[in-house]
Amino acid sequence: MLPEISPQPIAPSRGLVDEFRLGLDAPICLTWELTYACNLSCVHCLSSSGRRDPRELSTEECFAVIDELERLQVFYVNLGGGEPMMRSDFFEILEYAVSHHVGVKFSTNGTYIDAEAARALAAMDYLDVQISLDGADAEVNDAVRGEGSYAAAVQAMEHLAAANFGPFKISLVVTRHNVDQLDAYKAMADSFGAQLRVTRLRPSGRGADSWDELHPTQEQQRQLYYWLLDRPDVLTGDSFFHLSAFGEALPGLNLCGAGRVVCLIDPVGDVYACPFVIHDEFLAGNVRDSGGFTEVWRSSDLFTSLREPDSPGACTSCGSYDACRGGCMASKFFVGLELTDPDPECVLGNAEPLLAAVAAQGGPLPRPIQDHSRPGVPLPSPVTLRQTRRR
Amino acid sequence: MTVELNQTFSLDPQVSLRPERFGALAYHFGNRKLSFLKHPDLVAVLEQFDGQRTLADALVLVGVDQDRWPSFLAALSTLETSEMIRAA
Repeated sequence: MLPEISPQPIAPSRGLVDEFRLGLDAPICLTWELTYACNLSCVHCLSSSGRRDPRELSTEECFAVIDELERLQVFYVNLGGGEPMMRSDFFEILEYAVSHHVGVKFSTNGTYIDAEAARALAAMDYLDVQISLDGADAEVNDAVRGEGSYAAAVQAMEHLAAANFGPFKISLVVTRHNVDQLDAYKAMADSFGAQLRVTRLRPSGRGADSWDELHPTQEQQRQLYYWLLDRPDVLTGDSFFHLSAFGEALPGLNLCGAGRVVCLIDPVGDVYACPFVIHDEFLAGNVRDSGGFTEVWRSSDLFTSLREPDSPGACTSCGSYDACRGGCMASKFFVGLELTDPDPECVLGNAEPLLAAVAAQGGPLPRPIQDHSRPGVPLPSPVTLRQTRRR
Repeated sequence: MTVELNQTFSLDPQVSLRPERFGALAYHFGNRKLSFLKHPDLVAVLEQFDGQRTLADALVLVGVDQDRWPSFLAALSTLETSEMIRAA
């Protein structure tokens, strides 16, 4: 997930993007999942969250990570989970970060933002709150995030508004079922004075099992592309650079920053290339290692190799490679493609024969290596509750 | 907003600069905007801002050729719009 740069003060030139591909001495920002505990069981959860892991970083270890980030001048972190507010030391960690010049944006399902929590959050500086909501109504949202999750998120937004928090963010993962709700969703964000953020569904974590049913169709991808092109103020975390192959580039850096300018720290301190690849293949090290996070970032074999020039692989002969750069590494990996193959959602359809070959082979796909799902808790049904409207 | 050569500037107190090969990252902790300063000379010019020195003096001090001044004015105008720098 790349930093939000809006509006873009100095449009990054090709030269700057090339610099980023070679990697920086410290990430621009990073995602830090604080816990695998979660009260929800979203069908597309990137980290297969549910139960806390007994090896999760202690408060003191979290402070040590923040100290390192301050030394590295990582200006802000995206805290998430699981549900980060389920950590009893959540506010302690927030306060420690912002008082050590590490700004925080945290992502929550909103369940634990009651009136008191909203006032506490509103009183803090350098803090952004992002509420996850995957539909403009309870029916569409709750099918993915679970019954009652829409109501909980809306209540959190009302508490934040009542506490005069200021402009918070509402974040939506675009699926086949909510892509037609984008206008309604935008109107809802506007009614709360909130900033809208939409991101791409990935076949990661539990998303591996719901991908086939949830990921937008080719036609919907085109619809989304023009919707985003018309609304440069909508944040995307640079999620949709694969759509730039439709033509004009979307705003943003349009590159995969994994291990180059961003990364993920998971609840047990493991450092992965990005939030979408919690898998051994993309594990660079652990913040508990002797050299700490800094050493993992600067010297791990994985990150060093990610900073080498890309090979366009199967996309060599495609005229759009400069626009989409082959798409998302994580999406390719979890659907069984090679990293040099086209993105599974390649808008030119170049992945279709390869995906058909993977399906014909019938071999096992790479599975997420960790599963913190709560046993016995039924997942929300990703089954289509209503027909997707066709244009 | 257009910046003028005879104006004096200072860096917003909520802005931090992080040196990089290409120049620097600038982050505004207040409005949370991130900017890329794409040339070390631009960073050097910003470092001359003390609320008293004019922009022209800063450009001369850093040794920026006059034919490059327009691009610096453009970059600094954007930085002023995003509140990274303030006219004194």
